[in-house]
Order: sequence, then C-alpha cells, then structure tokens
Amino acid sequence: MTTLASNILENHTPTGREEAWRFTPLKRLAGLHDGSATPDDRKSLAINGATATGVSFTRGTITAASPSEDAIVNRIRNHTSEGAILAIDKNTVVSEPIFLNRTTWGLDSAELSRVQIRLGEHAKATVILENTGDTHLAEDLEMVLAPGSDLTFISLQEWESKSVYAATHNAIIDRDASLKTITVTVGGDLVRLLPKVEFIGSGASADLQGVYFATAGQFFEHRMHVDHAVPHAKSNVNYKGALAGDKAHTVWIGDVYIRAAAEGTDTYELNRNLILTDGARADSVPNLEIETGEIVGAGHASTTGRFDDEQLFYLMSRGIQESDARRLVVRGFFNEVISLIGNEEIQERLMARIDNELEKAGK
Amino acid sequence: MSTLEIRGLKVTVDTEQGVKEILKGVDLTIKSGEIHAIMGPNGSGKSTLAYSIAGHPKYTITGGTVTLDGADVLEMTVDERAKAGLFLAMQYPVEVPGVSVSNFLRTAATALRGEAPKLREWVGEVKGAMEGLKMDPSFAQRNVNEGFSGGEKKRHEIMQLELLKPKFAILDETDSGLDVDALRIVSEGVVRAKEANNLGVLLITHYTRILRYIKPDFVHVFAAGKVVEQGGAELAEKLEANGYAEYVSA
Repeated sequence: MTTLASNILENHTPTGREEAWRFTPLKRLAGLHDGSATPDDRKSLAINGATATGVSFTRGTITAASPSEDAIVNRIRNHTSEGAILAIDKNTVVSEPIFLNRTTWGLDSAELSRVQIRLGEHAKATVILENTGDTHLAEDLEMVLAPGSDLTFISLQEWESKSVYAATHNAIIDRDASLKTITVTVGGDLVRLLPKVEFIGSGASADLQGVYFATAGQFFEHRMHVDHAVPHAKSNVNYKGALAGDKAHTVWIGDVYIRAAAEGTDTYELNRNLILTDGARADSVPNLEIETGEIVGAGHASTTGRFDDEQLFYLMSRGIQESDARRLVVRGFFNEVISLIGNEEIQERLMARIDNELEKAGK
Repeated sequence: MSTLEIRGLKVTVDTEQGVKEILKGVDLTIKSGEIHAIMGPNGSGKSTLAYSIAGHPKYTITGGTVTLDGADVLEMTVDERAKAGLFLAMQYPVEVPGVSVSNFLRTAATALRGEAPKLREWVGEVKGAMEGLKMDPSFAQRNVNEGFSGGEKKRHEIMQLELLKPKFAILDETDSGLDVDALRIVSEGVVRAKEANNLGVLLITHYTRILRYIKPDFVHVFAAGKVVEQGGAELAEKLEANGYAEYVSA
C-alpha cells in the first residue's frame, strides 16, 4: 500500500490515529463517523427552479460509481441505496446554472445523504449547491462525467454556526471530460470535505478552486485526493484560506497520486493561508506521489502567513483606516477565487459574509 | 498657506545588531508651493526620514517634533496623517493582490474626502489623471502594483498624488529606475499637482537629473542622518560636479 493509499480509509470506525483522521476533532462530528447519530430520512436536497429540457432531478436507487473506503461514506451506503439524482442528458448544454439547495433542517437527528450528478456525453452544465441551515449531515456526493462532458460544480458551505457537514465530493471523469469546482466554506461548526478526482479516461481535466474562512472555534478541513490513473490528464488545485479568532482551525491536505500508467500527467496544487489573529491554526500538507517520470509537470506549493503589514501601511498611507484596509486586503485575497463564480449576487453575498465574520473577529 | 515643520527629529530602527540611530536631529521647514530637494548618498537616512514622517511602524521616534500647521503629526495614525494632508510616493510601492486600482483609488478618495466622490465626476477625474500620465485605461482594472513594471509603479504613485490632492508630498526616489521618457512624464505630473493645489514637495533623490524637470527652490544635503548643507538650486549643480565625497568623509 502506498503512502497516499493509506490516506484512504479503512472500513472501520476512525479512532483519530489514522492519517486521514488525525486532524479531525471526532467528538464534534455528531456521531456521523461512529454510527451513534440518529438518522432520519429528511431528504433535504432539492432543485430550486424549473428544470430545463434534458435535465432531470429525481429520487431513486443509486449505484455507486466508485467504491469507497471512507468510513463515513460506507456508513451512508450501508444505510441507504436511495438518493437524489441530477442527470443531464448527452449533448445537452444547459446555459443557466442549476441551483440545488436545502429545504429541511434539524440538529436533533442526522441526515445520511446520497447524491449523484450525471453528465451524458458532451453534456455541459453548471451546478450550484447552496448548503445553508442547521444540520448534521453526512453526504456521499458523486459526479459522473461521461466522455467529452463539462461540469462546473460550485458548492457553498454557508451553514449556520452549529452545523456539522462531513462529505465526499467525488468526481469520476472520463475521456476528454472537464471538471471545474469552486468550493467555498464559510459557515458551520465543523466541515470535513473530501473533494476527490478519479480520472478514468485520457485527456480529462480537473480544476479545483476553493476558499475557506474560519473564525473563532470553527474547524474546516478540506482533504483533496486527485488520482491520475490514466495518461494525459491535467489537474490544478488552488485553495486559499483565512483564519481569525481563537481556536479557528483549518486543515488542507492535497494528495496527488500519479500512477505508473499516467504518462503525460500535468498537475499543480497550491494552498495559501492567511492568519489574521493569534490563536488560530492552519495546517497545510501537500503530498505528491509519482510512479512515472514521463510527465509534463508536477508541482505543489503551500504558504501560511501573517497579515502583511506593508500592505496595511500602503493602504493606510492613502487615508484608508485600519479596519477598512484589512477588509480590502482580505477581500482581495479571496477575490481571485470568488470572482470565478460568475454570479454577482452570490459573490456579493459571500463577500458580505466575509466582511461580517471579520468584524465579529474584531479585525 | 500650510507649513510642515520638522524639528530635531531623531529616529532609531531595530536591527539584528541592536538598536541603531538613523536620524540624528533633522531640521526642515517646508511651506506650501515650495519644492525642497533632499540629496545624499545611499544609507544617509533619506528614506527613513520619508517613512518616519508617514508613520511606518518599523521606525521609532526618539526625539524631536513633526508638525503640520501646528498639529502634532507624530501623534497621528498613518491614515490620520494622510487625512491631515501628507502623501508619500514610495520607492517600492506594495502589491495588494485581488484589489483593483479602480477600487483602491475610490476607497482612498472616499476616505480622504469624507464621502464617496460622485461616480460620473470621479470617472472623469481618473481618466484625466491617467491620460496625463500616458497610462492605458485598462490599468484601472489591474490589481494594485501587481505585475507592474518599475515605471508603471511610479506613474501609479504620481496618479494618486494628482487625484488625492495632499498639502505636502514626500517623493522617495521617484526617479529611480525610470528611463528618460518616463522620468519626464512622471515629473510633469508632479509639477501639475504642485500648480493645481499649491503643493509643497519634499523630493528625495540620489541624482540630479530629476531636478531638470522639477526645479527645486531649496536643496538640502543629507549625510549621516542630518542635514549638513543647505542652499538653492546651484547647490545641486555643485553636487553634480563633485559628488558626495566631501560630506561622507567629513
């Protein structure tokens, strides 16, 4: 077993000693990992608005597109084979974004949810998942991209402050298909999100962009796993995080695995963290494991830094007061990724939330 | 008519070798509409003077006063100094990723004027300032100083000088790294700002060539943390001929 394969989980209850669980505060997972949560059948995911021609949103039996060794995913799969299925027919190009949102909530029980987003050959769509409200939610979300398809998947974790979200967002990408994800995590008590990419056909690509902002007491973990098992696939990862307030804690893990067959792979991953106050902690661990030298490129970088006093001085020397200068710098830091969403209303909402969180943190 | 008055200014900085005194009692008085050139060798403390007046946290003031029309500048925060009418054009302007020039300028103008400038007039002001400095309109959409060439950074500093309309501007080696054309364009911007707003200028430079475009009323030679000689424009010509050797060895 390779080092990275050991990051994939054994089929048992995590103890916290496993590599994949060593950062996660298990006590705050609301029993989603050990089976002590009380599941209810609340089916919180809904489609918002009418479905276009060639698009369907139904509930039915889901056959897993990919086996999982993740403890939580397996609990979900043992619990139910039913879930929400968003299908976009082959050759269908959906011009407007498809909005998925949450319609039911609750903190006294838990939801174990399965979701599958399927794109037929040469289908193209943008899906925006708006995660809001109070919840304890474990989710097994799969994206299945047929050859030549093109999916932009935007997931917005804007949960209320007590929510727990433990999810796998796993993309299985076939030949010449292309995935772009924008993952935003700004709310919840604990978010543990595992974005995964499995390339199953050559010429496929994945671009994973993300931002997170944790304030006092929040724990946000983003653990990527990009599996280059086929030749000539391309992946790019760019996650940016900011932290403010006591015991704000973020974890970013970027595992990229280039197997022997994956000649011509081109991959790069980057994680940048901005620590705005004392008492916050950002863990950042890029891992690259390469079994073939016949690649185009493979690189990673990780930086974690304090607020840049020179930037602050420059802005203040133009008359901008300190709190406004800080807000400008933090907005600028996030803007690179947030502006990719391409929806002014959502972008403004997220920036306003970030401003608000900054203000609460007293910075 | 405003007056910026520096009296007996002493400044230290923390270094790995301990606390080091950089400014050893600087006296200087600048009035509105006057151009003062401060010339001196590298390491004489010229930039320290500029950053100390602007309030950079790296420098500790250990003695003396800086007042603007009697108000104690040293008691002010960095943004309050700008609001009082001071402007520092930096030698190495700082990159602010993700913040567009347009957003930055409008935020600064709003802070300094106490209210957001009216959009239509503001667009005209910015356009005019950019045209004056021969900058491409696309410049406004770029991130502050990110990927700017040396010349673009300096034009951007002087564009702010023209838009933000301070009472006094400290230009810290604005001429460094500029080719002849850029030097002329940037200098013309400084002269425009002076004429439009009766600006007082403290021009810090190592070389005399910028003084061909911005004529100083007073020249101060700076060495080892203080002003060692003062005169008119003719002093610059003497420095051009003889260099700083006599001040450094003294």
